[in-house]
Amino acid sequence: MPAKFGDFGHKELLCQRNWQKFFISDFQKRDIRAKLYGVKVHYHSYDAVIVGAGGAGLRAAIEVAGKVKTAVITKLYPTRSHTGAAQGGMCAALANVEEDYWEWHAFDTVKGSDYLGDQDAIDIMCREAIDAVIDLEHFGMAFSRTPEGRIDQRRFGGHTRNHGEAPVRRSCYAADRTGHMILQTLYQQCVAREVNFFNEFQVFDIIFDEKDGERRVAGVVAYELATGDIHVFATKGVLFATGGFGKMFRISSNAHTLTGDGPGLLFRKNIPMEDLEFYQFHPTGIYGFGILLSEAARGEGGILRNVHGERFMERVAPTVKDLAPRDMVARAIHAEIREGRGAGPDKDYVYLDLTHLPPEQIDAKLPDITDFARTYLGIEPKQQPIPIQPTAHYAMGGIPTNVEGEVIADGNGTVIKGLYAAGECACVSVHGANRLGTNSLLDIVVFGKRGGRSMANYVSQTDHIDLARGVEQDVLDRISAIKSATGSKKVSDIRTELQLTMTDNASVVRTAESLDAALTTINRLKSEYSNIAIDDKGEVFNYDLVEAMELGHLLDLAEAFVIGAQARKESRGAHWRDDYPTRDDSNWMKHTLAYKDADGTVRLEYKEVVSGRYEPMERKY
Amino acid sequence: MTMTMDKSPQIDSHEKEVKVTLRIKRYNPEVDTRPRFQEYEVMLKPGDRVLDALHAVKWKIDGTLSFRRSCAHGVCGSDAMVINGENKLACVNLIRNVGTDLTIEPIRGLPVIKDLVVDMEPFFAQYRSVLPYLIANDDPGYKERLQSQDDRERYDDTTKCILCACCTTSCPVYWANDEYVGPAAIVNAHRFIFDSRDQAASERLDILNQKSGVWRCRTSFNCTEACPRGISVTKAIEEVKRAILYDRV
Repeated sequence: MPAKFGDFGHKELLCQRNWQKFFISDFQKRDIRAKLYGVKVHYHSYDAVIVGAGGAGLRAAIEVAGKVKTAVITKLYPTRSHTGAAQGGMCAALANVEEDYWEWHAFDTVKGSDYLGDQDAIDIMCREAIDAVIDLEHFGMAFSRTPEGRIDQRRFGGHTRNHGEAPVRRSCYAADRTGHMILQTLYQQCVAREVNFFNEFQVFDIIFDEKDGERRVAGVVAYELATGDIHVFATKGVLFATGGFGKMFRISSNAHTLTGDGPGLLFRKNIPMEDLEFYQFHPTGIYGFGILLSEAARGEGGILRNVHGERFMERVAPTVKDLAPRDMVARAIHAEIREGRGAGPDKDYVYLDLTHLPPEQIDAKLPDITDFARTYLGIEPKQQPIPIQPTAHYAMGGIPTNVEGEVIADGNGTVIKGLYAAGECACVSVHGANRLGTNSLLDIVVFGKRGGRSMANYVSQTDHIDLARGVEQDVLDRISAIKSATGSKKVSDIRTELQLTMTDNASVVRTAESLDAALTTINRLKSEYSNIAIDDKGEVFNYDLVEAMELGHLLDLAEAFVIGAQARKESRGAHWRDDYPTRDDSNWMKHTLAYKDADGTVRLEYKEVVSGRYEPMERKY
Repeated sequence: MTMTMDKSPQIDSHEKEVKVTLRIKRYNPEVDTRPRFQEYEVMLKPGDRVLDALHAVKWKIDGTLSFRRSCAHGVCGSDAMVINGENKLACVNLIRNVGTDLTIEPIRGLPVIKDLVVDMEPFFAQYRSVLPYLIANDDPGYKERLQSQDDRERYDDTTKCILCACCTTSCPVYWANDEYVGPAAIVNAHRFIFDSRDQAASERLDILNQKSGVWRCRTSFNCTEACPRGISVTKAIEEVKRAILYDRV
């Protein structure tokens, strides 16, 4: 029985407790050699399944586990998830250090989104942010503290007091490892609640039941990495929390495992993808590596400089300077480099300068990112500025959902019963055309919780659907097709070429020509993808097979991304078109919905933006 | 506002590639009866990571090589392995620092499943056994619990743990005795034992006072040297020992 929080009954357990009691690996009980005689299929029945165990998946699990029988399926160990790489903080108008209101936070988020964010969802996120932070603190999160012992807060890009007057201290943080602390804390709470994890299982398919034209979730099919076995999970509800797809770019802050598995899977099942063309490039990635250097560095007083030492953000955003939103800063860096003011032999990077900050402040507030600079570039940030370049960071778009986390199938808000999504893979849309720093950690805990809660409610009021026999056949066929393929192309070569064309042609600045070039390459790569071969034909930890499957998702999403960007003839937030350099509210203040039709072509539809208190105005900082 | 950029570093993106030789301990349970070493040669820049070398092998030469990895910058803890005899994360060590002759083996003390992939379940079971979560039965209401900066600092070091298992699988006692919970589990117990908000320190100390607990530690400092996050692991273990002996936190 999952323990009730706060009542662990550990006193009774103490006398016989030692760790072997917790040993639940059934791996050793199995003889892998038996696998040589063919793939085994296992069947499970759950009320609810959560796919992905980063911040959103774990937060949902805390909400669902204990209420209904829940399985969390993750292709990694939960603590490996990329939430752990988030650094700077999580905004909430706690007003612990200065005056602040959640309405100001909402205004900043709407303005940051370049008026593409849905204001109903933004209101919910900013209002519930305060409780979300308090919840995390009660869960044991190790926030940095003020001298009075309250949760400390610091400045962050685009977050201002009183509708843009000046930067405000709103970001709750734990040094520069806030994401790590959130991920650990949520995982700890899942351990406390004895959540049922299926670690290193990758979901390859979702099963719908269709009756009278209405689709309902019936189950998922997963692949067990350790054995190559197939597991069919019959379930009433599925929540996808699989994260982003930043590995379609060459220079990226994303983990190797962020390949858009959830969105890619659903896209093939005729579920639209919303606003894929809006992709955030973080201004400060370590040059050459793309590793994230938190905006907190600028929140603590860091300054961006070009090769001449000039603080160029003073020209671009006179009021908030280096703390302008990420899309503007990334474009400013791009412009410096394009106009010949970049540094280095190729003049292709600028500097993040922390040398004027007190060394104690750097050690206390920015220990990890300064270590990254030492490790990867051999630079001492206390004495030298750090070479940086924009890096692919975050997908504003993804699986369309409403504010309850329910996935919607069209522009009219039709809900697919039993299907939920939260976190970066979802698009509520609270980030619109450009996400503000810290709002992603907020998004995962607020909408992870809401998605989990509504899934728990739904599955406790509905019955199981009988799964037809052989639902796993499609996955078995795909696996054996890839293993037996004898093509001439390598998965890694196709992926590298995709990453290069996306970084060159569909990143910070786009034009019709660059997007055409990207689409031509993607189409060629898609045909090459049907002509691949892999080396590993085995069952045990066959990452060769997994990477081939993942590449399919990246190619599909990149195609829809570029087609959406080609169609959108305006510049808004992170989507900047040099050939259409202004925002066009009369024609384009709408969300893109990309569908993959049965013949494989991508079709675009559009959806109204939910308006609210804040009228669109020019975006100046 | 401008500054002189005299000290500004120049990063050479055209560094010459060097030949890197990797001797990797391979084991495929579907074919092999025992582990074997296999050698590969790849061309890399001195500024590349060991992980890039493994990827070069997997993506260009031999796709059957299996290893775990995710974030590639030392925060997820997936790619702990033995590199030239020492437990390290492949993604935070550059060729420039570890050399061009690399011997790579799976971490020791956990069952090898395939190549560099080991069974992590015993490790996580040991982690779960120390109550690694906040236990506080008071009702703080709708506001945060207060914690002074000094109290927060008290357990800061052990919050950095990423559960990569570098420490536990470098411990000679752990290699010899699979009953020992290992350094990582103690680090995660320490994180809560010394958290002023937590109320279950005595339960955790009782767990670690058993024969599977802290007294197995022989202070060899392997764990401290192996930790990629720079946690003073041995110090944390000693602090737990002292808390048990003197019955105070």
